[in-house]
Amino acid sequence: MTVLYFAWVRQRLGTGEEQIELPPEIGTVRELAEHLQSRGGAFADVFSEPKRLRAAINQEHAAWDASLQTATEVAFFPPVTGG
Amino acid sequence: MKICVQREDFDLNAELDALKHKRPPVGAIVAFTGVVRASDTVSSLTLEHYPGMTEREIARHVEYANGRWPLFGVTVIHRIGELRPGDNIVLVAVAAEHRRAAFEATEFLMDYLKTQVPFWKQEAGQEKSQWIEARDSDEAALTRWHQD
Repeated sequence: MTVLYFAWVRQRLGTGEEQIELPPEIGTVRELAEHLQSRGGAFADVFSEPKRLRAAINQEHAAWDASLQTATEVAFFPPVTGG
Repeated sequence: MKICVQREDFDLNAELDALKHKRPPVGAIVAFTGVVRASDTVSSLTLEHYPGMTEREIARHVEYANGRWPLFGVTVIHRIGELRPGDNIVLVAVAAEHRRAAFEATEFLMDYLKTQVPFWKQEAGQEKSQWIEARDSDEAALTRWHQD
């Protein structure tokens, strides 16, 4: 699975994209976020405040409890500020 | 519909001219242009986006607007990269038979561009740069489209 990061999430993690082999016990966006948080360091910081983050599955906005069953691409980013 | 995410500036007159010639005959075109504000503390604005999702999200909202109002044409152009005060950021232009549909659809599309489409702005000042925070008032603006 491809995991993408944008804006300050990308900057603080020091990477915009990575490939992750999803452990079988991870079924939702929230569980993936917790898994990433457990890496420690910058990941622990960024994912300790899920209220400041938004997620997308396969390029569509996704809730925190959305299933990753059909996910090939997951993204984490701050609330958007375009326009 | 025309949707572009691009580094280059756009030509407002050329875009309006293209909409004017849509069939059936257009009677109203509304265009909104967002511009980088002049500021003593901000020297530039850098826009990042999520390639792929950005275009899909814009298309989704344009399709919805097409279903809700009788529109003849919609153009959305959003710039990315580094922009300076006075530079254009975004154009939403809507052509319809009458003005009300064009006004409403333009506002609708801007409200959704601000809150749903994955763009992020970073401001650079003299010494440091910072990411702009999303505003609750932008999110609150969506509720008026949920009625009726």
